[in-house]
Amino acid sequence: MDKFTTVTGVAAPLPTINVDTDMIIPARFLKTIQRKGLGKNLFDAQRYKPDGTENPDFVLNKPAYRKAQILVAGPNFGCGSSREHAPWALQDFGIRVVIAPSFADIFYGNSFKNGILLIALPQEICDQLMDDAKKGANARLTVDLETQTITRPDGSVVKFDIDPFRREALIDGIDEIGLTEQKRVEIGAFEDKARAAQPWLWVPAR
Amino acid sequence: MATKPRTLFDKIWDSHLVEMQPDGTGLLYIDRHLVHEVTSPQAFEGLRVAHRKVHRPDATITVPDHNVPTSNRAGGIKDEESRIQVELLERNAKEFGLTYFGMDDIRQGIVHIIGPEQGLTQPGMTIVCGDSHTATHGAVGALAFGIGTSEVEHVLATQTLIQRRPKNMKVEVNGTLGLGVTPKDVILAIIGKIGIAGGTGHVIEYTGDVFRRMSMEGRMTVCNMSIEGGARAGLVAPDAITFDYLKGRPYAPKAGAWEQALAFWKTLPSDPGAHYDTTVSLDAATIVPLVTWGNKPEHVVPITGVIPNPDDEPDEERRNGMRRALDYMALKPGTKMTDIAVDHVFIGSCTNGRIEDFRAAAAVAKGRKVAPGVRAMAVPGSGLVKHQAEEEGLDKILLEAGFEWREPGCSMCLAMNDDKLKPGERCASTSNRNFEGRQGPGGRTHLVSPAMAVAAAIAGKLADVRQLG
Ligand code: SF4
Repeated sequence: MDKFTTVTGVAAPLPTINVDTDMIIPARFLKTIQRKGLGKNLFDAQRYKPDGTENPDFVLNKPAYRKAQILVAGPNFGCGSSREHAPWALQDFGIRVVIAPSFADIFYGNSFKNGILLIALPQEICDQLMDDAKKGANARLTVDLETQTITRPDGSVVKFDIDPFRREALIDGIDEIGLTEQKRVEIGAFEDKARAAQPWLWVPAR
Repeated sequence: MATKPRTLFDKIWDSHLVEMQPDGTGLLYIDRHLVHEVTSPQAFEGLRVAHRKVHRPDATITVPDHNVPTSNRAGGIKDEESRIQVELLERNAKEFGLTYFGMDDIRQGIVHIIGPEQGLTQPGMTIVCGDSHTATHGAVGALAFGIGTSEVEHVLATQTLIQRRPKNMKVEVNGTLGLGVTPKDVILAIIGKIGIAGGTGHVIEYTGDVFRRMSMEGRMTVCNMSIEGGARAGLVAPDAITFDYLKGRPYAPKAGAWEQALAFWKTLPSDPGAHYDTTVSLDAATIVPLVTWGNKPEHVVPITGVIPNPDDEPDEERRNGMRRALDYMALKPGTKMTDIAVDHVFIGSCTNGRIEDFRAAAAVAKGRKVAPGVRAMAVPGSGLVKHQAEEEGLDKILLEAGFEWREPGCSMCLAMNDDKLKPGERCASTSNRNFEGRQGPGGRTHLVSPAMAVAAAIAGKLADVRQLG
């Protein structure tokens, strides 16, 4: 996973509430067996017309936002399915940060595991950042994870909170499975206890 | 010393904590891992690359469901990408030594149908699957939740997950349900009340006499849609109905172990006075047959109602959301729900693809005919559901009425196989999501109960099952 420190880039406005995972990446693109390559189908139904050509009205098709690295969105972003294809598609497109008043639980966890920083901020602040994002090529924000700040186009600074565990995981790019494997002894001890207490759970499922 | 009263959730969480980590997250032990073909290929690939094994093959079950065809199984899977995903699951199962219920196995079906059906899901367990409707298994009193592919890999490798403890929410429904009101209507009413983000950060426990009297199938329908209210998991405390359901199932504890398990399961229900962070109450008598009008499961109205007017919504973002939904659904405010014609009817999915759902459907369909021009599909949730329905003659009733009777799978719930709506087509569906394009690009979905789906098929438009003469 890419390490994360700061991102300076164009923020695209997506002022829609409840952006669901089917919207982020429709089910027919889940047939891939890889993590890469989903960026071209990010927001497919909005981004393309039924004949496959680009919909010029969709924000990510507008010249100023084609290389956006930041999304500013409405509340409950990422609701719906557990498909990690949603963050994979965002990441493959080049989105590194999503700012919204709130996020759905499973999507939240999935995003951090893929190097995407999700920042939840109060509605009024999101409204201001949404206004910033509407400035086209001037919609540049700097997101600094170390100092937990967003610098706006006018130079003013917004602080954000973040779970320390998630923050570290992003900054250090850690291998969570590797870390958990270091708990082998504790997991083994737990299993011995569990097997004695609930032996019926240890009958092979086959 | 008296211990603090705990909820069902607290008990399961506490007993599965391998350890609390200094940063406030917990390392949670997972008892059962269900795996399907769509969210697992990258996880198995990750294991291979890192030379890791599956930590507990005996606790892991694999089954293809999303991509499988629901007709002409013998012809194999025509779509190449779908076929590759299914074949890859089988290869991965072999390579890592996991149990696999293949397409030709009568036990194959939607992962959330077969878990309880096989007795693989039991009270007090922690259960995960790379699928947001894993909450279904909470109906047996298990803590069951959906995870992403990175977490699938983490569980495969370590049988644990790093999680932050969610909050407790109690949803209480007391009273008696009216005629024609089903578990599907109950959960749609709950989502209509709390909203699709109402349960975010919470595990919901469903309590009250409505759930106490509800069948296991009904409880599964309710728990299944917890995620549509934003909650990762939904729970119903195990009771005699649960134990009767599980007894004798292939993977349920056998004699000897059964008594031991039963004694443990009976300790699980929430203690009197246990703390819930949030409580929501509904009066059963106020719940009526419901139908969705928009593109989020919270967009519910009584079947006797009309399409709401966005102008009446004070919040601007919500108002825009409603307008967008009406635009997508090609509907106008004030239209009577019973005036909306449908092209398609779909009965199935992990929400309503169990035997009781087909019994309810057949009871309404008996002696009636699907309206001309409507395509109606019944897709059992598993091979065993299909078999049982056929034993009971439900397939004949549905076929005679003009329904198609198909092979088990996810089918038109998310349209990854050939079963999909064409752009602009409208469907009354017993599934769980009415998102834009969920049942096929441009397709329009109205969520309903199985009885109401049949009523719509017969009327050719959304219809009140209670009015069917
Ligand atoms: S039936 Fe639908 S909701 Fe259930 S697992 Fe399949 S695709 Fe997901």
